[in-house]
Amino acid sequence: MNHDATPLQLWILFAAMGLVTLVARASFLLLQDRWTMPAVVRRALPYVPPAVLAALVAPALLEPSGRELLVADVRWIAGAVAVAVAWRTRSILATLGVGMGVLWLATALAGAVA
Amino acid sequence: MLSAMSFSWEAYRSGATDVAPIVAGILPFGLVTGVAAANVGLAPHEAVGLSALVFAGASQLAGLALLGQGAGFVVIVMTTFLINLRMAMYSASLAPWLERLRPGTRLGLSYLITDQAYAFAILRFPHEPHVGRRRDYFLGTATPLLALWLATTWAGARLGVELPPSWQLEFAIPLMFLALLAPAVRDRPGLVAAAVGALLAIALRGLPFNLGLVIAASAGIAAGAVAEATGFGRRADAAASAGVSERAPGRAPDRGEERP
Repeated sequence: MNHDATPLQLWILFAAMGLVTLVARASFLLLQDRWTMPAVVRRALPYVPPAVLAALVAPALLEPSGRELLVADVRWIAGAVAVAVAWRTRSILATLGVGMGVLWLATALAGAVA
Repeated sequence: MLSAMSFSWEAYRSGATDVAPIVAGILPFGLVTGVAAANVGLAPHEAVGLSALVFAGASQLAGLALLGQGAGFVVIVMTTFLINLRMAMYSASLAPWLERLRPGTRLGLSYLITDQAYAFAILRFPHEPHVGRRRDYFLGTATPLLALWLATTWAGARLGVELPPSWQLEFAIPLMFLALLAPAVRDRPGLVAAAVGALLAIALRGLPFNLGLVIAASAGIAAGAVAEATGFGRRADAAASAGVSERAPGRAPDRGEERP
C-alpha cells in the first residue's frame, strides 16, 4: 500500500527514526564520560554478543517455509545443518554456503517426493 | 591527547577483509529492504535516504510496513526505537574498548554500529591493544557495510525486482547471524547466555515492537553473568584458561595505555 505522506513529512520521519536509533547507539559510548558503569554491568558485558545474536537468530531460523520434507520443514533441516557447520567450522562462507545448499536440496527433494 | 592518533590502514583492511564473507547475507537483506521501500511508494533516493539516516535493516523493514499501513509518526518512531534498543547493549559493550577516544569520534563511530560490525569488533578488540587500531578495525568493518547497504537498498528500490521466491535468499539473513553467533559463544557461561536468549526469543516472538528480542537478550546476558558467578563455566574453562583471562570481563582494556 502506498504511503500518503508529503516528501517533507517523509524526511522528517526518516530523520526522527535515525535520531532515536542514534540515541540507542551512542548512549553508553557518550554516557561513559559522566557515569561510571557499575561493576555488575561490566561483568555482564561479555555476554551481550552470544545473548543478542542468539535471540536474533533463533526465531528467524525457526520461521517455517511451509514446505516439508518427511517430517520437518525444509528450513528446520537446513537450519539444523547450518548450526552444526557454524559450530564446527566457525566459517561464515561455509555456514552460508552449506545452509543455502541444504535448503535448496531439501526443497527440491520435497518437491520430488510430493 | 589522541587527536593526532594516526590512522592504520592495516587495521582498516583487516576489518574489511573479515567482513567480506557476509556480503552474501547483506545482499538479500538490502535488496528486500529496497523492494519494501518501493512497494510503499518511496522513490529510490528516498529509500537510500532512509538507509543512510537509519542504517538498521530490521527497523527499516518494520517502519516501511507501518508506513504502508498508514500508521502515525509517533508509532513508527517508537517502533524504530524499540527494535534498535539492542544497540544500546552494543554501545555499552563497546564503550570500555573505545573510552579513550574523543566524544566526537565516539559519536561518529556509534552511528556505524550494526549487528554485524559489532559482532566482528567485539571478537577482535581483545586482541588489539591500541585504541586507535580498534577504531580503525571497526571502521574497516562498518564503512563497507554502510556502502553496501546504501547500494543494495538503492538497487532494490530502483529495480523493484523481487528476488525469485524459489531461491529463498531471505534465509541467508538468519544464516549470516548464525555464522556471527558461533564464534561469540566462547565458554559455558556464553553458551548459557545464548541458550536463554534463543529460547526466550522463540517463546516471546509474538510480542509487539520486537520487545521479545530485547527481553530475551537481557535475560540471556543476566543468565550468562550468573552462570559465570556461580562457577558454572569453570570446568569447561580449565582447558582454555588463557582465553578466559584474556577476556576478563569488566576489565578496562585501556588502563595505563597511552598514559604516562
